[in-house]
Amino acid sequence: MSYINTLINGTNFDHKGLNALQKVTLRPVVMAFLFYGLVALEGMIMRMVEVGHVPLNPLPEQFFHPEHFFSIMTVHPIVGIFGSTYQLVFGAFTFLVPYLTKKPLYSVKLANWTWILITLGTALAWIAAFVWQYAPLYTLYWPLPADTHQFNVIGGIVFILGVALIMVGTLGFIYNIYATIFARVGIHKNKTTKELLISGFGIDGFLNLINKLRGKQPYTKEPALALPVVAIFRGTVDTFLDALVILGAGILILVYLVFDASGHALDVTAIDALLYKNFFWWGLDLVADGLVLIYVAGSWYLLATLITGQKLFMENVARAALMLELLVSWMVWSHHLLGDQGQPEMMKLISGEMVTAFELLTQGLALFITLVTLWKARPLKMTMELKYLLGGLVGFGLAVPAAIIQADMGMNRVLHNTQWIIGAHVHIALIVGLYMTLYSALYVLWPLVTNNTKLYSHKLANTHFWLHLIGGIGMGAFMGMAGLDGMLRRHLYVDGQFNPDMIFAAIFGTMLLVAWAVFLYNIIMSVGIKGLIGIFLPAKDATASYGIEEELEPADDPAFAQ
Amino acid sequence: MTFTNSAELLSFHWVAYSIYAAMIISVVAWFGYNLTKKDAKSVFRIPFYWYMAFLVAGGVGHHIFTYNTIPWVSQDIDRHNIKPDAKYEFEIKNHKWLGLPKQIVIQCGQTVEFDVHSRDLVYGFGLFRQDGSMVMQMQVNPGTDVNGILDSNDILWTFNHNGVFDLTSTEYSGPRQYSEDGKDLMLVKDFVKVVGCKDNGGIQ
Repeated sequence: MSYINTLINGTNFDHKGLNALQKVTLRPVVMAFLFYGLVALEGMIMRMVEVGHVPLNPLPEQFFHPEHFFSIMTVHPIVGIFGSTYQLVFGAFTFLVPYLTKKPLYSVKLANWTWILITLGTALAWIAAFVWQYAPLYTLYWPLPADTHQFNVIGGIVFILGVALIMVGTLGFIYNIYATIFARVGIHKNKTTKELLISGFGIDGFLNLINKLRGKQPYTKEPALALPVVAIFRGTVDTFLDALVILGAGILILVYLVFDASGHALDVTAIDALLYKNFFWWGLDLVADGLVLIYVAGSWYLLATLITGQKLFMENVARAALMLELLVSWMVWSHHLLGDQGQPEMMKLISGEMVTAFELLTQGLALFITLVTLWKARPLKMTMELKYLLGGLVGFGLAVPAAIIQADMGMNRVLHNTQWIIGAHVHIALIVGLYMTLYSALYVLWPLVTNNTKLYSHKLANTHFWLHLIGGIGMGAFMGMAGLDGMLRRHLYVDGQFNPDMIFAAIFGTMLLVAWAVFLYNIIMSVGIKGLIGIFLPAKDATASYGIEEELEPADDPAFAQ
Repeated sequence: MTFTNSAELLSFHWVAYSIYAAMIISVVAWFGYNLTKKDAKSVFRIPFYWYMAFLVAGGVGHHIFTYNTIPWVSQDIDRHNIKPDAKYEFEIKNHKWLGLPKQIVIQCGQTVEFDVHSRDLVYGFGLFRQDGSMVMQMQVNPGTDVNGILDSNDILWTFNHNGVFDLTSTEYSGPRQYSEDGKDLMLVKDFVKVVGCKDNGGIQ
């Protein structure tokens, strides 16, 4: 009876006690974890297909059909990156920016629209693949998305509309974040836009360093924005550009599909495929090299300071590095085009190889600063947030060099489009690096956003940690090894050609799926089914901040309006 | 040190990266363990500037290393100035190779140019050994110049080891590359045959 009671009511979670900011933070987080489960399931289906027709493979025959397989492969990253990761990050930052700037969120309504649009957009893209088996993959290489000989036009239109909704939701998030940061209320009441911009881009940290080298007084002893907010500000610049590029590509595809549906098909050769690739990868790469690395570096800095309760080591260098990453992240996209013989060699050399190598420097710096900050504060208690933070550091410690290796003209010739890229780099970066960092943030924020709700089970939390860590590294490693054996990443193998690598990858992948189920169970038992539903009910307390006495939404503030 | 083919390079890479992965996992595990100890002392101190220099050297040195040890890098950069021993040109349309010879026989040490044109979608051109490992690949983009001539996607390759290699498209171009039961329709078995090399590679 007590079990049922906990399942329904949770430990001590009271959704009625949550204010508007807490609720609007938790909503996308809940959606993110539901989409994560879907993504884990999709990943396992694909892994089992690649294991092939072997005894004990439980997959029905239809999953081995190319239309079915590639439609799953198309939505897998859409659901994973946008439906899950974006929502998790956006939810966390929607809370953190007001929390760190001690100002109310600009608009709770807009934050609600953000998660609704991204959820709806992800669902539409998924439905397009499920119902019409629209499968141009996330790369959308021109003119494949407009190839109506292979794909259904309606499916294509629904898919692109879904992606467009995701991007509109993303733009809403960006607007909300910037409006909050630039709102001249509370601690920023007397700051100018120039001061906030200089701080947001990390220029003050850079000027402090220059002044130090010249033996002068610091440019500023108290930067306008806290370092994690600088990282959020910086990462959001890349998110904005990325959203514009993907939206632009989507509109182009949509125009072709609509004309096709009206019986007046346009000439696909009017668009240069290589030029399109450059445009698309420039934007898409900003998700990986701009957004993820910067957001992650910012999250590490925040977590290190919150866990240790001490100031960040070498803060000015960290600020300046975020500015450097701005230049680096905009100029590295050619590493995706090292296998394209039409791509100018100078682009491959400078953008693809040399500038990309700087990612090693910027991410290595973030790793160093985080580790030293932790080390200086020892002894520390091995809490869940610290464990996950260390897991996140391991993930990027493995995944970043794996990327630098393939961003080389010699290595790329034999690694491009193989499972090495998707396993040793992408999956380890996302599952181990990014998600473990986000789990750490989740454990740090948990008491704040749930009003000190007691976690149902620490044993389950530990089980989740080890299953996720070992499963993530193991799956990525065996996928990577299969890549070195010649297994392609966007290819269908139905005869188990790359077993036993794929069998081991499937075993470790299963650990990931089980880890997610354990985590979800632990969370549901903590907040209860009633609480979970209650998160989506309107908040009685319309406060859009956390722990601030004076409450005023910037949108309603006369000072802001002026 | 020079890699004469991709099999040697991939084996080297497998060992090198595995050692690195074991190292980074061990270092963070050791670090995490010592974080909880009050009297833990640094085994060695890493000066910040040396660490940064190490990262820069690692990033740039990696490219210098591969440029000097992997023969196809300089060959790729300078491919317009190299006269190949043989040139093979063919097209792809509707997931079918057009004008493809049944088999190409290459003498050991010969440099061959493969020039592939696509009439519709983005494809890939990849050669694979019988054990499935990759010899090399390139992307094949569609497009025409102002005179309506199909864009070139050309690659030079020097074969230093005997073998029989399969060909397939290495880039996803839609589900029509496969039959309903999942077989790769663009796979050409035994497309390239290299003869005349010593057992351990190199011209006899």
